[in-house]
Amino acid sequence: MSAATTTPDESHPDRTGTSSATVVTQEEPPRGRHGTGRRSSTSAPSAAPGRKNKAPLRPGRVILHVGLIVWAVLWLAPLAWAVYTSLRPYSETAEKGYVSLPDTLNFNNYVTAWTQADLPHYFLNSLYIAVPAVIIVLFMSSMAAFVLARFSFKLNLFMLMFFTAANLLPQQVIITPLYRMFLSLDIYNTQFGVVLINVAFQMGFCVFVLSNFMKALPDELGEAAQVDGAGVWRQFYQIVLPLTRPALAALATLEFAWIYNDFFWALVLLRDGDAMPVTSALNNLKGAFFTDNNLVAAGAVMIALPTVILFMILQKHFVAGLTLGSSK
Amino acid sequence: MTTTTQSAPAAPPRKVRRYSSTDRVVLTLMLGAPALVVLAFIWGPALGSVFLSFTRWNGVTAMEPVGFQNYQQLATIYPPFWPAMWHNVIWLLVLALVATPLGLFLAVLLDKNIKGTRVYQSIFYLPVVLSLALVGFIWTLLYSQDQGLINQLTGANVNWLGNSDINLWAVLVAASWRHVGYIMILYLAGLKGVDVSIKEAAAIDGANQRQAFFQVVFPTLKPINVIVLVVTVIEGLRAFDIVYIINKGTNGLELLSVLITNNIIGEASRIGFGSAIAVVLLVISLVFIITYLVQTFKKEGAR
Repeated sequence: MSAATTTPDESHPDRTGTSSATVVTQEEPPRGRHGTGRRSSTSAPSAAPGRKNKAPLRPGRVILHVGLIVWAVLWLAPLAWAVYTSLRPYSETAEKGYVSLPDTLNFNNYVTAWTQADLPHYFLNSLYIAVPAVIIVLFMSSMAAFVLARFSFKLNLFMLMFFTAANLLPQQVIITPLYRMFLSLDIYNTQFGVVLINVAFQMGFCVFVLSNFMKALPDELGEAAQVDGAGVWRQFYQIVLPLTRPALAALATLEFAWIYNDFFWALVLLRDGDAMPVTSALNNLKGAFFTDNNLVAAGAVMIALPTVILFMILQKHFVAGLTLGSSK
Repeated sequence: MTTTTQSAPAAPPRKVRRYSSTDRVVLTLMLGAPALVVLAFIWGPALGSVFLSFTRWNGVTAMEPVGFQNYQQLATIYPPFWPAMWHNVIWLLVLALVATPLGLFLAVLLDKNIKGTRVYQSIFYLPVVLSLALVGFIWTLLYSQDQGLINQLTGANVNWLGNSDINLWAVLVAASWRHVGYIMILYLAGLKGVDVSIKEAAAIDGANQRQAFFQVVFPTLKPINVIVLVVTVIEGLRAFDIVYIINKGTNGLELLSVLITNNIIGEASRIGFGSAIAVVLLVISLVFIITYLVQTFKKEGAR
């Protein structure tokens, strides 16, 4: 084993400290990314893997945690600041400045923002758009995924790419013809139109995730059903779909958040501010209704709440939805 | 029953299965209906953009074919085009070279068996669940010149979002705030999939932490790296909401996406011209999308 004990690199405490516990002393082969980092593995038979989990309080760990805590605090700061600002009356912050200790903390800004900006109206609009869109996109994409995952035919791969790539286009690439098309179909300035484009745009991701999931289901399922004489629709509806529930739950969570968070479609495809979902309405709310930072903060917190709460309750689904799409 | 009809899913190569004609109609509809929606509302308009980019049209009077004139004007006499292009490049570079490595770094730190890793993960992931529009909204509370946290805390009087020399960077901090968590989650999933014995073997071999990571673990993350690259590029090209919320994408915050939108929604709608910008964006994104598709579906093509 190489006996080099320290190198400049090892002076970073967070790195030394967190190096896997199997390396007890800092041993290091000649440095360099292209160097010969690998040694014959027989040279260290004594390093027992069992030592790995019991890492007692080593200084490195402490520094790692301190670093992470500082990082986490920085990361939460913008949101925490929004919450703090939202709880303080404007008169007080105007007098003492925003960076000051509070005399009063109350929810008055929330009440004002809620009523003045007519937030309930926009929240409802968001629901009217997101709920049908999620249901329709999940239904349609699970049908397509079922066909693509459970049956082999010539255009299989092409169709999968056809769907997946559609979700990756920047929205602005298609907006001009889409806008004209919506005008001529008479669905411009309708929430139905916004539902439709959200469905079309999110379809690719859902098909991709669901087909991966369905491919992993055992082949015998379909075969057994066929022997029973079940048609493909029954195979889909009664056998495959129920087994796909975990993926559907994950996608429903993620898609609801994404569609709720969509800003662009409704901004361009709706003319009446009244029909806008809350995220797109932000554009008008900013100047017209929210006159000071305290109100802006209260509005921001309320608009963030639905996805934040969703995330806190269904964190597992959120992460699963994203990673189902990425880890094949 | 034969399976030679073209319209229906044809004969499966692996196993000989027989489907009734009803089944084939059902299968065709199940795949056809969603495909039609995507064709009509995504790919159709994408092709439409290409077509319109060779025309001059204000949406009211007759359309007029103009060849490459829109592209020529775009490159030569349309002042916001090159700044917007440049801003998009900067956007991409910052996400790719700052935010993405930070996300990877966080993922590596949190992949270790440390206490409270779930809490840390939730905190870093939290901004990802917010819309970019809302992120812009929230960060104005920090950046605002007379009421913002940063100026009040430091006593400075910087117009963070109004000064065209610095506002792009200020906005990129906010955009990165969201991007880091996204990348962290993707890499965490990837790292979970890396065989523990690979990581241990590297350590046992006497490689230090960083070498073990870059030489042994990182190469095995190649599929995730491709996804992260694509996510980053697409996010960079799509960037719109945050600048639109802040100042409608003007005064130093011009982006290609904003120019497209302005050319169709404005009073003087120049549809052909806006489409030409859209095609530029389309071509750039297709390069990455195709790379991604080839990488992702390589395995499947071989089966």
